[in-house]
Amino acid sequence: MYAFDYHRPTSVKEAANLAGQSEEAKFLAGGHTLLPTMKLRLAGPASLIDLGQIAELRGIQRSGDAITIGAMTKHAEVASSADIRAAIPALAELAELIGDPHVRNRGTIGGSVANNDPSADYPAACLALDAAIVTDKRRIAADDFFQGIFTTALDEGEIITQISFPIPAQAAYAKFRNPASRYALVGVFVAKHAGGVRVAVTGAGSNGVFRVPEMEEALSRNFAPEALDGIAVAEDEMNSDIHADAAYRAHLVGVMARRAVEAAAARD
Amino acid sequence: MTATGIGAPVRRKEDQRFVTGQGRYVDDFNRPGQTYAYFLRSPHAHAKIRSIDTGPATIMPGVVAVFTGDDLASDKIGGLICGWMIHSKDGSPMKAGPHPALAQGKVRYVGDHVAVVIAESLAQAKDAAEAIVVDYEVLPAVVDTAEAAKASVQVHDVSPDNTVFNWHLGNREETEAAFARARHVTKIDLVNNRLVPNPIEPRAALGEYDPGTDAYTLYTTSQNPHVARLVLSAFIGVAPEHKLRVIAPDVGGGFGSKIFIYAEETVCVWAAKKVKRPVKWTSDRTEAFLADAHGRDHVTHAEMATDENGKIIGLRVHTVANLGAYLSTFSSSVPTYLYAPLLSGQYDIPAIYCEVDAVYTNTAPVDAYRGAGRPEATFVVERLVEKTARELGQDPAEFRRRNYITQFPHQTPVIMTYDTGDYAASLDKALELADYRNFQQRKQDSARRGKLRGIGFSSYIEACGIAPSQAVGSLGAGVGLWESAEVRVNPTGSVEVLTGSHSHGQGHETTFAQLVSDRLGIPIDQISIVHGDTDKVQFGMGTYGSRSGAVGMSAIAKALDKVIAKGKKVAAHVLEASEGDIEFKDGKFGVAGTDRALGFGEVALQAYIAHKFSGQDLEPGLKEGAFYDPTNFTFPAGVHICEVEIDPDTGVTRIDRWTAVDDFGVIINPMIVEGQVHGGIAQGVGQALLEGAVYDQSGQLVTASFNDYCMPRAIDLPSFQVGMTVTPCPSNPLGIKGCGEAGAIAAPPAVINAITDALGHEDVAMPATPQAVWRAAQKARMPMAAE
Repeated sequence: MYAFDYHRPTSVKEAANLAGQSEEAKFLAGGHTLLPTMKLRLAGPASLIDLGQIAELRGIQRSGDAITIGAMTKHAEVASSADIRAAIPALAELAELIGDPHVRNRGTIGGSVANNDPSADYPAACLALDAAIVTDKRRIAADDFFQGIFTTALDEGEIITQISFPIPAQAAYAKFRNPASRYALVGVFVAKHAGGVRVAVTGAGSNGVFRVPEMEEALSRNFAPEALDGIAVAEDEMNSDIHADAAYRAHLVGVMARRAVEAAAARD
Repeated sequence: MTATGIGAPVRRKEDQRFVTGQGRYVDDFNRPGQTYAYFLRSPHAHAKIRSIDTGPATIMPGVVAVFTGDDLASDKIGGLICGWMIHSKDGSPMKAGPHPALAQGKVRYVGDHVAVVIAESLAQAKDAAEAIVVDYEVLPAVVDTAEAAKASVQVHDVSPDNTVFNWHLGNREETEAAFARARHVTKIDLVNNRLVPNPIEPRAALGEYDPGTDAYTLYTTSQNPHVARLVLSAFIGVAPEHKLRVIAPDVGGGFGSKIFIYAEETVCVWAAKKVKRPVKWTSDRTEAFLADAHGRDHVTHAEMATDENGKIIGLRVHTVANLGAYLSTFSSSVPTYLYAPLLSGQYDIPAIYCEVDAVYTNTAPVDAYRGAGRPEATFVVERLVEKTARELGQDPAEFRRRNYITQFPHQTPVIMTYDTGDYAASLDKALELADYRNFQQRKQDSARRGKLRGIGFSSYIEACGIAPSQAVGSLGAGVGLWESAEVRVNPTGSVEVLTGSHSHGQGHETTFAQLVSDRLGIPIDQISIVHGDTDKVQFGMGTYGSRSGAVGMSAIAKALDKVIAKGKKVAAHVLEASEGDIEFKDGKFGVAGTDRALGFGEVALQAYIAHKFSGQDLEPGLKEGAFYDPTNFTFPAGVHICEVEIDPDTGVTRIDRWTAVDDFGVIINPMIVEGQVHGGIAQGVGQALLEGAVYDQSGQLVTASFNDYCMPRAIDLPSFQVGMTVTPCPSNPLGIKGCGEAGAIAAPPAVINAITDALGHEDVAMPATPQAVWRAAQKARMPMAAE
């Protein structure tokens, strides 16, 4: 790790000001990507702005037809939230599948969404649930937010404050874990809303999290696993690595999508 | 059996400090004025070094010194050695390329040691290492085991075809004759995947030099501190043997990877004198992946011949073994004498012939890893036996039974003389525990749920208790493989045992104390086991190859016999009886046929105060040593049965049942033995399903972190059914065979035999990851789709 300046602001405003004062500042949330990268000397920010002491960034609220989660809320808090378990159980289950207990008690939803790792779990939930990413400057629809691997609509110095999830009629997340890292090799989040079904896939796409319109249309007509028969994602848009080549990932998208639909339909 | 004697499930004494964080590992030691070493490692798999400019690094903040291979050479520090000479078929010695601790002119794998920076802090050392300018001429790399001998790339000048040796064992003519008259020949091609050891504690070294006494101390993560001292002094030439103290304190696992003498400890000891301050290096996990000696990495073609009665009549094996970029300390012995002599398995095979071509590649050195050669042999034999049974349409259990060795001693055609065993007894017990008779029912239940169920056997044997010194000497070993012990009885009757064995997870502080408690009749808390410090303990050979029970404890038993004999002499004087009338029983020295007796503690006190005998009649004191050289290897054997259920949609293999029935001979502590079985199976399942070191074609290690290298987790394993059968080992005084490696040896073929049984074809390689199994399942389905 290279030497850096460390800041621990107590308000979003103070954090934004600090970011404005440094050319090479990085926000520190749970640190699960940033800190290992720094330890390997692959990143060397001049200063770290630790968001961990900002009270306004934490907490879970249910308001009418949405669940709003503060950006610095930890995965373990999402997994164990009674409000989320009641309103969007699929989201709590997703949080419970992230990493291991150490990771879940340190990692945050805002950090995961801002990083937009192509194999992270939360981006699939955001897209499928049609979430709004709220920052210190604006509100961004999930469809506009995720712009390719490790790329988002966030401007330099912009801070995610909350993520707001509309409560769906039914939803489920089916994850096929990378055997080694436990990240999603393929994760499919299926959500049935009043306006139709949304299907989002993480881990598989070579350009990061993505929706599958063909599956969405089929499921909007008939929310059942067999509606997906014959629908496949394109292999040439899939990731390929030592754990799973494109053909296997494309196949798993279909399997996980069917399992997610089965699980969502079984919730009633 | 007493509560703490042989056979008692005594809780591990050492766990109190381990589970409360009171263990002391190398990195816990800090010496006054200590500096930190950081090794600049090669980013290239193969490159010439045109020049190294350390100048910019030496002026960086906190830098104490920067050294390269030239500095070692000018101090006449020798290269690292391989201590087992193997000769090729044509009689020529193996081709050992130079192995400098810091590179001289060339780097040969990613992670190879280019230079060392010694600084006030680790961060400063790392900063300075970035300032070292190395001008590399990058060369093409050879990484593929099977192709190495044909590659145009040459790793070492001494070996134009990258071949270290072409070795063989067995009788070629007899084997060819057996194949000529065979009714059936079964053929198989196998890859034994490369593994990264990954002990929980990474390697570390702390070197210190005392100018007052001109003496060195090395704290190091070693399984065999005396061997480390011998190699560092006699071969590498860092310090004279009597001026070098090697301390291997608590060590957090080794699995073989801490047997070897590496560049890092060599440099830390040497540099401590150069900079006149202690020098510490602690590996990080990335360095452990890159530069710990890896395990396995064989490519094998094997054939088994059977006659008209379903009897195995011949086995021929050709293996290419990848030894990596340099010959590590015992690397040459692993694919030769620790491998081919086990190819007879548990079977009466009259003719065996094995050829092994060992090759250099631009990858990390490969050496012994839990099982060392024996898992590789067992994988060949047990995959072939299973496949043969299938091809002959025979039940795999019964085919094995028909071919088991039943008469002992049994001379195999590949060196070994098996002393004892009852293989059918283990098989019967395993079949019972595994509920084999209802397997078809379970398979149908799985099929109804859309799952594929399979069962796989592994009837393994291993050679432990390594090893008779004369025998290994005749096979090329540079050392003897006896063990030493000293039993020091204190005047208060408490006992210290100094052992040449080394515990790094095995629980010696408990099991060795159980032996002493059993023999001397004293409580276990009156006994201390001392190991891992060359200044305290007499020369010893260390712990590997499941040898510490069979060899290390036998040395203790021998020393205890001497202590008892001496105690009888003392007691005879005190009790005014003749020595021949003294009996030692239940911790008391008594006069036969009387009630006159002295407790062990009383005799110890009398031995030291020496009031009851004259120095002319008897030496005072009660302390005895022994060296024990085994008369044979030991042969633990058993049957493991693995039952899997495969999800053909995802390729996920779930191990549903695991039955292990092992014959380890006499067992000292059944709880610790069961733990060894569990850990070994976990490691073997890791190899079979999860683990695999992958280099890309340029020689970069793709699996260089736990993000990509998959270690077994509890969730990957079922609850194990562990059973035992016992045939005491006749080759050592305690009847012990050894248990440390059995699980890792037995497990891989059991898993793959189960998966291939489930899929109905043999084309599944290790690690059988979900992707690999899904693809194999697709292949299995294809004929059905055509119907």
